[in-house]
Amino acid sequence: MARLHPLLSLLLALAAQAGAAAPIPEHLRDTGLYAADVLPFSPQYALWSDGAEKRRWIRLPRGTRIDARDPDRWVFPVGTRLWKEFTLGRRIETRMLERTRAGWRFATYVWTEDGADAVLAPSEGLSAGVSVPGGGRWTIPGTADCRACHEGQPNPVLGFTALQLSSDRDLGAPHARIAHAEVHLEDLLARGLLRGLPAALQRSPPRIPAASADERAALGYLHANCGICHNRHGPLAGIGLDLLQALSEGPASVERTRASALAVRALRPVGDARVRLDPGKPEHSVLFRRMGARDPLDQMPPLGTEKPDRDALALVERWIHSLADRRTP
Amino acid sequence: MTPKTTLIAALSMSSLALAAPATAPTSQVKRGEYLVNFGGCHDCHTPKKMGAKGPELDNERLLSGHPEQMPVTPAPALQGPWMAATVGTMTAWSGPWGVSYTANLTPDRETGLGAWTEQNFIDTMRTGRHMGRGRPILPPMPWQMAGKLTDQDLKAVFAYLRTLPAVQNRVPQPTPPASVSAEAAPAPAR
Repeated sequence: MARLHPLLSLLLALAAQAGAAAPIPEHLRDTGLYAADVLPFSPQYALWSDGAEKRRWIRLPRGTRIDARDPDRWVFPVGTRLWKEFTLGRRIETRMLERTRAGWRFATYVWTEDGADAVLAPSEGLSAGVSVPGGGRWTIPGTADCRACHEGQPNPVLGFTALQLSSDRDLGAPHARIAHAEVHLEDLLARGLLRGLPAALQRSPPRIPAASADERAALGYLHANCGICHNRHGPLAGIGLDLLQALSEGPASVERTRASALAVRALRPVGDARVRLDPGKPEHSVLFRRMGARDPLDQMPPLGTEKPDRDALALVERWIHSLADRRTP
Repeated sequence: MTPKTTLIAALSMSSLALAAPATAPTSQVKRGEYLVNFGGCHDCHTPKKMGAKGPELDNERLLSGHPEQMPVTPAPALQGPWMAATVGTMTAWSGPWGVSYTANLTPDRETGLGAWTEQNFIDTMRTGRHMGRGRPILPPMPWQMAGKLTDQDLKAVFAYLRTLPAVQNRVPQPTPPASVSAEAAPAPAR
């Protein structure tokens, strides 16, 4: 076997060292979450987590900016960290996403019952879960679970995007809340944290160009809860269901969602539901049926939830009914 | 060929396959076939037929999963330490997880793995979820063991599966245990 020149070996070793990220801290308090320059944010379309209350923060390395030229795929500087805290009666866990030179890495910290400390969970997660007040267990995801959702399309940061942070927030979205204290797109621009955001989005904040308020909210919900896997870019592109809204494509994005779902035969029926969306007939729509199912074989999303989102089901049900009305001449 | 020479041949084949560049599909496919044979994939994924010496693999339907025409009656209720039951073809299994049917691994686009990418297959074996993201893979599929293969070996297995004749066979969907199916009615949202 050919031997590398000693100088080349040294250079490779130094390069590897420079690229290697420091070990993930054992305690949440050592991750930088409590630094003064951490910014709170909240996406307008939230991922359903069985009703858990969630808070989120981001921290960029000092003096850096986000490359926002592609509004659907922001590029974050190395060293960016984001956190999401889950509360169900008490703080349960805080997840962290970090951009390193080698790519994104995932970690989660489990809070002690007295709330005094949050400790790094094993990379395989805690499938037996931790107890929550009022009974029940909360499953702590493993790294593979994190990757299942965050690597289902090219942008692993799901809640911190131009659409999610729009100041034109969709108050018809399930579980919508007004973000008083959190940063939105205009704040980020004013703080100089975005580079290259398209001028059109600087003039008017982004919104999904839907035909009605219900459709806007339904598409937003599906974008955040389903489109992260069901899109035309990621590993599940072959399924042909595209629920991810792309700001860069304008109304064509909504059209593509409709074309991939309306009256399209599902790969797998659920009971007597055989098409993805049957206009006017929620109960015959596989998408609606699987949103409402929680047996492991049918449920959607397939992980991260054990209870259906009743508010979202009501919204999607109204939207499917309205699709039939729109077809009537 | 003596057992010793067989062993040497097998080892040589695998080392050759490991050393082979990615542009040598024949070696990769051979390696995949070798892993599939030794890994016991046929045990459950290939229907059996009765031959002169007893049950044998149905070569017309290699790795095409549980035959959709085969009637399956409700599984017997098991007691004590007995936990799982299977049919004669070993393509349908009953246990605490419900009833599962082995998948069609041939490249048929509608009913097999024809629409899957190599990465979908690797993700499935690594995570125990369909395409790495969907529903859990059910027992008795030993994905935990298969998932310990290297990327190179999983790619070889997938490459071999791609060379199989496509068999159109829509395997039945699994059924959950009775206690779960009672809760699984569609959720009205009014």
